[in-house]
Formats: sequence, structure tokens, C-alpha cells
Amino acid sequence: MNAPTSPPSPYSSATTNPNVESHTLSVLVDNEPGVLARVVGLFSGRGYNIESLTVAEVAHAEHLSRITIRTSGAPETIEQIRHQLERLVPVRQVTDLTVTGRGLERELAMVKVRGRGDNRNDALQLAEAFRARIVDATTESFIFELTGKPEKIDEFVDLMRPIGLVEVSRTGVAAISRGPEPI
Amino acid sequence: MSKEMTGAEMVVEALKDHGVDVLFGYPGGAVLPIYDVLFQQESVRHILVRHEQGAAHAAEGYARSSGKVGTLLVTSGPGATNTVTGLTDALMDSIPLVCITGQVPTHLIGSDAFQECDTVGITRHCTKHNYLVKSINDLCRVLHEAFYVASSGRPGPVVVDIPKDVQFARGVYSPPHNVHHKTYHPQLDGDVTLIREAVAMMAAAKRPVFYTGGGVINSGPVAAATLRELVALTGFPITSTLMGLGAYPASGANWLGMLGMHGTFEANNAMHDCDLMIAVGSRFDDRITGRLDAFSPGSKKIHIDIDRSSINKNVKVDLAIVGDCGHVLEAMVRVWRSEAMHAEKQPLDAWRAQIDHWRAKKSLAYRNSKTTIKPQYAVQRLYELTKDKDVYVTTEVGQHQMWAAQHYHFDEPNRWMTSGGLGTMGYGLPAAIGAQLAHPKSLVIDIAGEASILMCIQELSTAIQYRLPVKVFILNNEYMGMVRQWQELLHGGRYSHSYSEALPDFVKLAEAFGAKGIRCYEPGDLDRAIGEMLDYDGPVLFDCVVEKGENCFPMIPSGKAHNDMLLADLSDDAGVELGAIIDEKGKMLV
Repeated sequence: MNAPTSPPSPYSSATTNPNVESHTLSVLVDNEPGVLARVVGLFSGRGYNIESLTVAEVAHAEHLSRITIRTSGAPETIEQIRHQLERLVPVRQVTDLTVTGRGLERELAMVKVRGRGDNRNDALQLAEAFRARIVDATTESFIFELTGKPEKIDEFVDLMRPIGLVEVSRTGVAAISRGPEPI
Repeated sequence: MSKEMTGAEMVVEALKDHGVDVLFGYPGGAVLPIYDVLFQQESVRHILVRHEQGAAHAAEGYARSSGKVGTLLVTSGPGATNTVTGLTDALMDSIPLVCITGQVPTHLIGSDAFQECDTVGITRHCTKHNYLVKSINDLCRVLHEAFYVASSGRPGPVVVDIPKDVQFARGVYSPPHNVHHKTYHPQLDGDVTLIREAVAMMAAAKRPVFYTGGGVINSGPVAAATLRELVALTGFPITSTLMGLGAYPASGANWLGMLGMHGTFEANNAMHDCDLMIAVGSRFDDRITGRLDAFSPGSKKIHIDIDRSSINKNVKVDLAIVGDCGHVLEAMVRVWRSEAMHAEKQPLDAWRAQIDHWRAKKSLAYRNSKTTIKPQYAVQRLYELTKDKDVYVTTEVGQHQMWAAQHYHFDEPNRWMTSGGLGTMGYGLPAAIGAQLAHPKSLVIDIAGEASILMCIQELSTAIQYRLPVKVFILNNEYMGMVRQWQELLHGGRYSHSYSEALPDFVKLAEAFGAKGIRCYEPGDLDRAIGEMLDYDGPVLFDCVVEKGENCFPMIPSGKAHNDMLLADLSDDAGVELGAIIDEKGKMLV
């Protein structure tokens, strides 16, 4: 209970804590109006980080939506985030996929690249290596569609930058747990 | 059982079905259909407040003093935004409220219509939950759900926003039955294994202390009774937060007084030096813990709370039991009895002796005066002259609130209503009105300051209209006292805008409203004047003119630990020294 292990006070800044970890939370919610605002408002209101967020209805008949949030903070902050989320009335279940260690994470990106000549060839070769698909092409541009872990997408985008990166649209992380069981 | 009716009728029907006898409100365009229904019935009594903030605080006072859900009805736009302070107050202090707001018709939502505001958007952060009811088919379910969510688990305010066309629409209403909510299931019973573990820790403790909070009061009178039983069984000393006063009687043998920033020396030192802390329905708020990294460094901590997110939020604990305080305490008593546990006598006696040593400091002592009324003396006299009555006390926020907490003593729960978490000036008078409506025959006193009382003074008119004989006891030091105190301690005595300039004549003010005004300057005249206040059958503004420069002690300066308390006798005219005691970080925490 002494200084090194004590959790951050409401006044201390989370950035001073060296043990910042990135976690992926899977949040099952009732798909009612305003539910996303409640979740996002909780993060902004309590000063938590959102690195990425995806949301979509996953079971229409049950009004069930799944929100996947990548957040970062000290372990005790992440635990607090989880319990704060559980407190929201329309939230059914919160799972920290990073803690369970069974999370499978994917993100989709569309990457627009512009260029001629060698740049065009370089782009095509790199796209092949990353298993990116061409979904739109003109004589001076491509749009690649790429799926993978966020780090893989980061890497691809970095490689495209000198070749002629125009813009990127990313979905944010979707995550699910491995194995036969639901979360 | 099910009946067809309009949305407006459903609202009133649901209020009746949930046992609402008093509804606070203020009419306006977007709630006219509901007001029309209220006009044609007699089971729900509507109390017209003078400002919607007053409605929210009155509903809080009603709820806190009765254990029931407080209800209010306000119109769209400004009606709704005016409730925000009261809703936030109720959220911070876990008070069950259902607030019904009118909204512009659904087809006008989003068009910046007259008196339109995004009520659910604005109140999302200051309610436990809220609803915008866009279809008459949802209204009945939402109304019942609102009462369930407000009153179960950790209680809190719930807003139901109803567009005017939904109030006119016809639909089917069915009475509430056992609501089983799809996603919301508060956990009431604690884990038995953990409870056994907790009891074993208690039996082995040498320097234990109970630290209880508003959760015990919220859990209901049975929880308070069970707490008393457990304290008696174990013989452990007990302290409480501002919100928890009355759960354990102040006259009880094991009582340490309140803890925290203005708590007693013995309570705070017991917290600091204990080897086992049993936190029951309390949340380790920063006014309680003081400096976090020096908070009770040598103790094991057990935390019982219905809200999982309260656990390990500010202070990491060794054993957490999630559940309703009442249920968990009952299980603890059962285990303690069935396993014939007993506390270790010898160390406990030594611990009590240590506590008595701290108590001997008499940390609530102050230097009395024969010529001016000391605010502490005023509260003490008020207590002595009213303690044998059936009395409920509310406060505003500031020095007077702390003096009331220190010098007015409570032996029963639900008798003390104060704005703890949010610290809302203006809370006390409307809350007193709410408490008076819940307890028409009882004595209700708002211990106030001259600055706070002006924030919701308009509610005096409500008290007059409904013949509510609330007594407003103003400790008038012509300063926003707590602000002045901090300016003295931290800002070199530069009293920036904390002097209550251009105060009204409170006696004439009372008379203008139709109430009685009493002024008292003389310590020698105080008892007589208080007697006059108590004898008067109607609302009274009591202008108690007190010592202007008095500071509230003892105190833990911001950023300091529990064993770093300042006592009154150390600090006569000591602004300079105190400023030096509090460091830069502490100044931030004020």
C-alpha cells in the first residue's frame, strides 16, 4: 500500500505512470439509441484513452451490438475502465481480450496510392507481399484493401508513404476470442 | 389489468403504482398534458417549486429522509437544464430520483424548436441512466424501468424525457410487475467465502476500525441496525463519512466521530494507525483519504460496496466484497455468531486506550466568547435544544456544514441530509422542504450560511404556499466562510470576492416572503431566540450573527496525511504558518 503500488489519484496524470499497457476490450451492448455516446462519454468524462473503436450490430433480433475498444493505461486503470463500462445500464458484458490472452484482432484498411512508372511497380509488389487487394485502379492510382493486425497496416502505410500515399481509411480493430467458446 | 390511456395518463398512473405521494415540479409548454392529468386526480400531491433546481433538491431531501424514490416533473429546455445541478448532486450521493422532463414533439426534435434542448445528451453524464421515449409503446416499460434502475443497486437519478406528442398518444398501460431487466442486474449478496475470510481477518485484528459511509444509509434501516449489531459484537471502534452519519449512533460507545478533512483527531488517527480497516458503503473519496500515498499505510483493508467500480478506484484494498451493505453485514453477523468468534481482548483494549489518548486532545474544542456568538456554539445550542425532538437536519455547503456535522449529533439514519459529493450550495432549503413533506409532523432544520441560502432562497415561497414550517438557521458571518478560510490559509489573506457584500436584511426578507424572521447577536440571548424559532408554527429564517473570522478545525490540510492534522489551538491567527504548511501540490487539491 505504499507509494509505488498505489493507484493514481483523481488528480494525478495517468501519463506519469510508466506501466501503460494497451488492451482490447470487447463490449456487448443493447443496441439502443445513445449507447455509443454513453460508452464514448464515459471515456472522455473520466479521462481514459481510446486508441481505436469499432461498433456494429451483431445480432439484429436481440438488438445486440458489439463494441471493440483499444485503450491504454496502467493495469489498474484498465480494470477500472472495465468496471465503469459494466456499470452502464445497457452494457451486457465486458471482456478484456488482452487479459484472457485469446484475442484475435483484425483491422481493415483502404489505402489510396498515386504514382507512375517505378513507383507503380513498387506499390504493386509491396501490395502482393502484404496480400493487399486492388479494389480500384486508374492509370495513375490504386486503392488497396488490406486486412490484418493494426501493426501490419501501419507498416504497409509507412511503406506506401514515399511511393505516393494519398490517403488511408481504417476501420479500427475488430476482435474475437479464439477457440469454440464465445467470450 | 392492462388499460388503454394517453401517455400523460400513463405517467401519473405509473407514479401512483410506484407509491409516489409527493411530486415536485414546475409546469411549462412541453408538460401541459401531464399537468392536465394531475389536475384531475388526488392521489399524487404536486408541490410547485420556484425553480427546477429546487425541485431536484426537494426530491433528494424527500428521498434521503424517507428511503423512497424522489420524483420531479419539469418542462423541456430550461426546465430540464435547471435540474442538472440537482441530478448531478443525486448521482454523486447515490440518491434515487425519477425526473420526468417534457420534450418538444418528436417531429420537431433536432430543429432547434422553442424550449428544445438535447435533454438526454445533457443529462447522460449526470444520471445513472436516462431515456428519450419516442414511441407510446415504450412509455409504460420505460417508466417502470426508471423506478427500478433509480432505486436498485447503487441508487441514482434517472431521467425520462417524453415528447409532447407521446404524452397525447394513446397506448396500453399495464401495472409494474417484477421487472427483470435485460442487462442490469445489481449484485446484492456478497460472496460467502470472502465474507468468511473477512470475518477471520476481523477476529485476528489488533487495531481494527470500521469506516462506514452513505451506502449503509442507502441500504436501509436494517443495514444500520445490522451495523450496530456487528459493532457491538466485535467491540471495534467506528467512524463514518459525512454521508454516513447516523448509521451508527453518535452516542454509541464505539463512536469516533466523523473522519476526513474536518473529521476528529481520534477518527483520522485511528484510520492512519489501524491494522485492519473495514470500509462499508464508503468510497475512499479524496476528502476522506487526504494524501493517498500516506493513507493508512500499515493496514489491511476490506471494502464492502455494491458498486464494483468503487473498489480499487482510489485505494487498493486487500479484500473486496461486492454486494449490498445490508446483506453483507447480515452475513458477517451470522458468521461471527455461528463460529463463536471473538475479538482479541488485550490488543483491542490497548487500541482503545490509544484512541482515548487521541480523544483527550478534544479536537472539536474552540475558544468560546461571551460577546459574540461562535458558530460552533450556535450549532451546539441548537443541538441541545432540539435533540429530544423528532428532528431532521439539512445543510447548505461550507463551514456551517462542517460545524453542523461536527457539533450536531445523530443517533438514527436518514436524519441528516447534506450535499456531500458535489458540494452544492443551495441544497439545504429545498431539501428541507422535501424532508418536511415526507415527515409533516417532524421538526426540519436547514443549517445554512448566509451565502448558500441565497442560492435557492426562492423556495421559501414554496414553504409558505404549502405551510411547511421549515426552520432555516443561518450562521451569518458575512463571508463565504470556507472560501475565506482557504484564502486565509493559501492566498495570503487576499479575500477575493468572498465577502458577502450587500446582504439582504434576513428578517425583512423572511417577512417579505410571509415567513418569520429572527435575528440574534448575543450569546446570552441565543437559547431564547432558538426557543422562539421552535415555538413558531411556520417557516422561520433565523439570522444568527456569528464571529466573522472563525475557521473550521480540526482539519487535514490538502495534500497531507491523516496524522498531519491541524488542531484549533495551534492555529490562532495563524494564516501565515498554515500557508507554509500546505505545499504547491496541496493547493491544487483544495
